[in-house]
Amino acid sequence: MNDINGAAVPAEYITAKTDHMAYQPGMDDIGSQVLDEVISRMNVYDAGRYTAANVQRALDKDVLTPEDFGALLSPAAEPLLEQIALRAQMETRRHFGNAVQMFTPLYIANYCENHCVYCGFNCKNKIRRAKLDREEIERELQAIAQTGLQEILLLTGESRTMSPVSYIGEAVKLARRYFRVIGVEVYPVNVDEYAYLHECGVDYVTVFQETYDADTYKTLHLGGHKRIFPYRFCAQERALMGGMRGVGFAALLGLSDFRRDAYATGLHAYFLQRKYPHAEIAFSCPRLRPIINNEAINPRNVHEPQLLQVVCAYRIFMPFASITISTRERAGFRDHIIGLAATKISAGVDVGIGGHAGEDKGDEQFEISDGRSVDEVYQAICARGLQPVMADHIYV
Amino acid sequence: MEDQLVLGGHAFSSRFILGSGKYSLDLIEAAVHNAGAQIITLALRRANAGGAANILDYIPQGVTLLPNTSGARNADEAVRIARLARACGCGDFVKIEIMRDSKYLLPDNYETIRATEILADEGFVVMPYMFPDLNVARDLVSAGAACIMPLGAPIGTNKGLATREFIKILIDEIDLPVIVDAGIGRPSQACEAMEMGAAAVMANTAIATAGNIPDMAEAFKKAIEAGRAAYLAGLGRVRETAAASSPLTGFLHD
Repeated sequence: MNDINGAAVPAEYITAKTDHMAYQPGMDDIGSQVLDEVISRMNVYDAGRYTAANVQRALDKDVLTPEDFGALLSPAAEPLLEQIALRAQMETRRHFGNAVQMFTPLYIANYCENHCVYCGFNCKNKIRRAKLDREEIERELQAIAQTGLQEILLLTGESRTMSPVSYIGEAVKLARRYFRVIGVEVYPVNVDEYAYLHECGVDYVTVFQETYDADTYKTLHLGGHKRIFPYRFCAQERALMGGMRGVGFAALLGLSDFRRDAYATGLHAYFLQRKYPHAEIAFSCPRLRPIINNEAINPRNVHEPQLLQVVCAYRIFMPFASITISTRERAGFRDHIIGLAATKISAGVDVGIGGHAGEDKGDEQFEISDGRSVDEVYQAICARGLQPVMADHIYV
Repeated sequence: MEDQLVLGGHAFSSRFILGSGKYSLDLIEAAVHNAGAQIITLALRRANAGGAANILDYIPQGVTLLPNTSGARNADEAVRIARLARACGCGDFVKIEIMRDSKYLLPDNYETIRATEILADEGFVVMPYMFPDLNVARDLVSAGAACIMPLGAPIGTNKGLATREFIKILIDEIDLPVIVDAGIGRPSQACEAMEMGAAAVMANTAIATAGNIPDMAEAFKKAIEAGRAAYLAGLGRVRETAAASSPLTGFLHD
């Protein structure tokens, strides 16, 4: 694997002065129309103009339009949350029955070359940095496999220098020995690099856009490759072009206007699915969390009712999509939202580096709220009359 | 003579094929029992041999496994999944499901014909899930399918026999068993499919989303049996207009 691709310009050359909308040399520009489509619609989205009648009409429909999705995300929908939840639960049961997929994230490195002001891994934050070597990765994989899990999500900080694509590819090949389903959540890469990772065994790629408001985006991402908004936005499409089976989307709720961000997240997935009908779609619904050296970070006006509204709106708009609920949320919330709208839950989570088989050697990305083991989450799923599913996929 | 469903040389007295996805594994046994089902489908991608929550551990002995190829996006992937299923000890039956559409999960008829040809050649009892199209059904027959499985409505929708007219054509024209798969939401719809002459009905979501899964499995069993009995008994003809007199030609007898 040629690790120079996509990083012809070293991260430190991309600063707060760099135009965040301009591709840098080495970054694939696939010329996609999806970005313009999503951003232009988001720009005219006015959550305040919907009425209860708009929301009711949306709920009465079989298949929702983007306009209906906008209504479900509006303040006018808040008083109708119980009705919305009922519809969401019906869709979840129709498409997924009572199955709830389980997985865990494995962080293999936390070096980062981006300066994102809200993230614990950001390159200016003084934390213990670490990267697992082959033996350490294998020990972590073995420890996780022992818990019975069959699906794993491999993560790194965003450093092409310290965790290059070839390093991630080797980790994926190791993971294939122990797991049936492998996803990655790493820095965006080029089409040929996604194709290489797919060959190594990856089927799912998740990239959080964080916020779809490009003006806010540039004030939060002050340096590094991540500053380049369109390269990140088109990551899912490049992943599909590289042969990936499914792609995941998320806005980090609380960074900007959460209704607009959720609206753009849904449309991003919607337009890509129309362009690539075979693509499996997944949503994550993260809210801001406190980080090391900044306890004050919080999700601002996105409280649990708003989070529930967003998750249910995703479900009703794209009923076939997988929705993951993060350990950023407390156990009680997670236990209720599975089966209602979420279909995938992490368990036995450690967001530091190397904590599954031994002591963490690198610090964590954010504070988690639900530290339950795989077995505890398994039991909690069963206790709600739902069926834990360890693998729902075959790599072919 | 006993009324039997014959698939690839295997005879079954039950005409209800039960799905196993979408509900708790520990209810499978009761559902199979109450459904009187002799064939149960399972998604191979769910099988977790030797691991936790492995569906294969919950299926009662003596029931014929019908692994499906869900997750396959083309014929090649379906063929690989089918071979894996056979290697895992799931037997020779395979239900082909090929979807290139994650929204409606509609089957890709063209790829389904290709996969049927390859797998039938390899000795599988091939049961293809398809969109009800007569030309495709004929191609599937030539490709070596053991039956054809047209959808009643988009999978999981419980909308019933939305494709009724096309399924009727398949039943009239195709000599293989026609098994209505997908979309059947109520026992009455299953009964209607059987009255029309379907050879069997397959259901999953309708049962999985019921309040009481084993009870609903039993309700389907009874409906399917009733529909079959009605078909065998020969339904009275339904007339669109009254037939008592001949207003246009009656003058001939004046």
